[in-house]
Amino acid sequence: MPSFVITEKCDGCKAGDKTACQYICPHDLMILDREKMKAYNQEPEQCWECFNCVKICPQQAIEVRGYSDFVPLGSQTIPMRSSDSIMWTIKFRNGLTKRFKFPIRTTVEGTVDPYAGKPEPDFSKIKEPGFFTGPARTE
Amino acid sequence: MEKETCTFSYCKRPEVTEVECDLLIMGGGMAGCGAAFEACRWANAKGLKVVLVDKAATDRSGAVAMGLSAINTYVGENKVADYVKYVRNDLMGIIREDLVYDLGRHVDDSVHHFEEWGLPIWKKGEDGFSIDGHEAKEKGHKMLKDGGTPCRSGKWQIMINGESYKVVVAEAAKKALETNRAATGMAQNHFERVFIVKAVMDKNGKNVAAAVGFSTRENKIYSFKAKAMVCATAGAVNCFRPRSVGEGMGRTWYPVFCAGSGYAFGMQAGAEMTLMENRFVPARFKDGYGPVGAWFLFFKAKATDSYGEDYCANKEYFDDAVARYGDYAKNLGTAIRNHLMMRAMKDGKGPILMNTHTAMAEFSKRIIEQLGEKAGAKKLKHLEAEAWEDFLDMAIGQASLWAANNVEPEKVPSEIMPTEPYLLGSHAGCAGFWVSGPGDIPGTPEHYTWGYNRMSTVPGLFMAGDVVGASGHKFSSGSHAEGRLAAKAAIAYILDHADYKPDPKMTLDEIAAELYLPFEIYEKYKTYTTAPEINPYYIGPKAIQLRLMKIADEYFGGCATWYMTSKTMLEEGLKKLELLKEDCNHMAAKDLHELLRCFENYHRILSVEAHARHILFREESRYPGYYYRGDFNKIDDANWKCFTNSKYNAETNTWEFKKVPYVQMFP
Repeated sequence: MPSFVITEKCDGCKAGDKTACQYICPHDLMILDREKMKAYNQEPEQCWECFNCVKICPQQAIEVRGYSDFVPLGSQTIPMRSSDSIMWTIKFRNGLTKRFKFPIRTTVEGTVDPYAGKPEPDFSKIKEPGFFTGPARTE
Repeated sequence: MEKETCTFSYCKRPEVTEVECDLLIMGGGMAGCGAAFEACRWANAKGLKVVLVDKAATDRSGAVAMGLSAINTYVGENKVADYVKYVRNDLMGIIREDLVYDLGRHVDDSVHHFEEWGLPIWKKGEDGFSIDGHEAKEKGHKMLKDGGTPCRSGKWQIMINGESYKVVVAEAAKKALETNRAATGMAQNHFERVFIVKAVMDKNGKNVAAAVGFSTRENKIYSFKAKAMVCATAGAVNCFRPRSVGEGMGRTWYPVFCAGSGYAFGMQAGAEMTLMENRFVPARFKDGYGPVGAWFLFFKAKATDSYGEDYCANKEYFDDAVARYGDYAKNLGTAIRNHLMMRAMKDGKGPILMNTHTAMAEFSKRIIEQLGEKAGAKKLKHLEAEAWEDFLDMAIGQASLWAANNVEPEKVPSEIMPTEPYLLGSHAGCAGFWVSGPGDIPGTPEHYTWGYNRMSTVPGLFMAGDVVGASGHKFSSGSHAEGRLAAKAAIAYILDHADYKPDPKMTLDEIAAELYLPFEIYEKYKTYTTAPEINPYYIGPKAIQLRLMKIADEYFGGCATWYMTSKTMLEEGLKKLELLKEDCNHMAAKDLHELLRCFENYHRILSVEAHARHILFREESRYPGYYYRGDFNKIDDANWKCFTNSKYNAETNTWEFKKVPYVQMFP
């Protein structure tokens, strides 16, 4: 299936302005069934298992079941993404569980100011090597 | 079959919106985000309008959508000229050295910005071990731009905590676009979920006047008219039949959503292509396609056949490779290592194993010797997390596959395997368009430059990232930098051509009819049969894709023939491909999702056709391990150490080919 939606947990993001998984899926796979108000993966064989729907779901209603052509049953890979880190829980088929936590960014989301403190572009150099931020390296 | 047309007799007419701007950026991946960041700064000062169109959500679009565990191009303490030599060696001697050098002298600035925006970059601690990017910042380690020492996994690669790499880079691009809205008063200049289908030429017969496409969320068609365009979309994936053909069809190595749309766009505009015969066949962990770079380079793991033999050191295989492929074989680039691996596999010595367990054992021994039992154990725990992060940042499915098979990498080895072929120009491949270089690098021949950096042979149409040919090994950071180079040159072009007013050859009605034809066909015929999936009057997107995959796999050197093809096979396959192309006039879509898939697959067909025709033109096997011409199974420098360039004429459906001289600029 690759990503699947747990019926009981999905609320169709009815409180939000958009269906989160549908918004984020890079391959246009997640779709909201407006009658049931539940999302689903409309083309599982095109799923890259990028987990972006899993990470973004506000209800934690989405998980991934490994590709049926080659993944034995019984494992689980669950991310919990916060504002500065991500925690992974990996359950093996034999029950072994591993947990890892990794940083994801060192700035607060939304605070990037791309041109703050950067030089103004110098149009006399627009056809020379380098960016607006400065010349190219020389050696 | 009779030609189908759309008169909106059956399907609903969409709303058509025309957007006018100065610079249009197509694609919101690394190259597109780089283009937006650079372009807006220049554009704001002159009141020029910049628009970015993305078929997905920019936070998670493009090849870095899942994340990455390393930045593969950071020059740092190295020499740019050495970067050129490394790329030339890996791409079998034929690259545009001006483009690669230009990339190398610019790329670090993009990496420094990623770190500034919040990407955690590993640093080297005083004990020689790695510190993650967050801890490094907390502990006051210097940033790269201030001389901080990155944690190298290879000569050009640095390790990162890259789960949110794309989110961070997209944030800067989106903010840049926001400043351009403020500077120009445009209401909207960032279009997500809009898919560009084709280039519409200007009445002047030279420029591309408009890029046209549709919303994948509402019945709306867009025509973006621009003075200049940066094509920054991805390579082509899911063109050859993949090794997994069920659900696993989506578990491609490069993202499955890369549909060759940029190749198709440039081809429709008549832009010259180069080295489209090139492809990449990565050897990756079997089925999950998890990355092997960190295992090879960082953990120093060795790959062997199942008898423990290093297949690259097998005398019989190696001597034969040198006899066929000369000194290129001696350099043991990625293609040749693939070739030697396949020799072992064909001799039944598989599975090929990545010996993660022995690498980890040696690493552990060294750490315990250096730090003692207690501190060593702690460090090892950290190391285990680093090994898993490599997958969890960029190939999560591989982690799940290991867990499902009870594979602990420190205890058992894992299989590696060559994948199905991929077409791309930013990773370890170089298939794409022939673009102008910067022109200022000593030794640049005249035919490498025609005025504006990264401009294709179509005036005003710039290329960046995957669609630039003969300049591979840019990876994520290089694609961002190249987007910036292309955007800056495009702004210069716009300022030089201020009088140009795009005047598309097609009317908005004609465009709408062409883009919605698959809807018209579906609605017209769907009730003829009891099951709409099976209908003699049309072909659905899934069927188109499966037909393409079968032709590519069986005739153009896919896994089915161990990457082997020849003149006779290519010609037979091209006949079948031509019929498939004709059938695209009968594509049917029941909803917007299928409409997207129809045109994505059409783009894949064009990309594959260019690929096959280029393989046919080049009468040698320049890239053994990626593909073989059985009728010319050797490297023939005397006749073929040159670029192979082509031009497609969309109106007449004809091709022109020529050889273009390669010039070695660096010793």
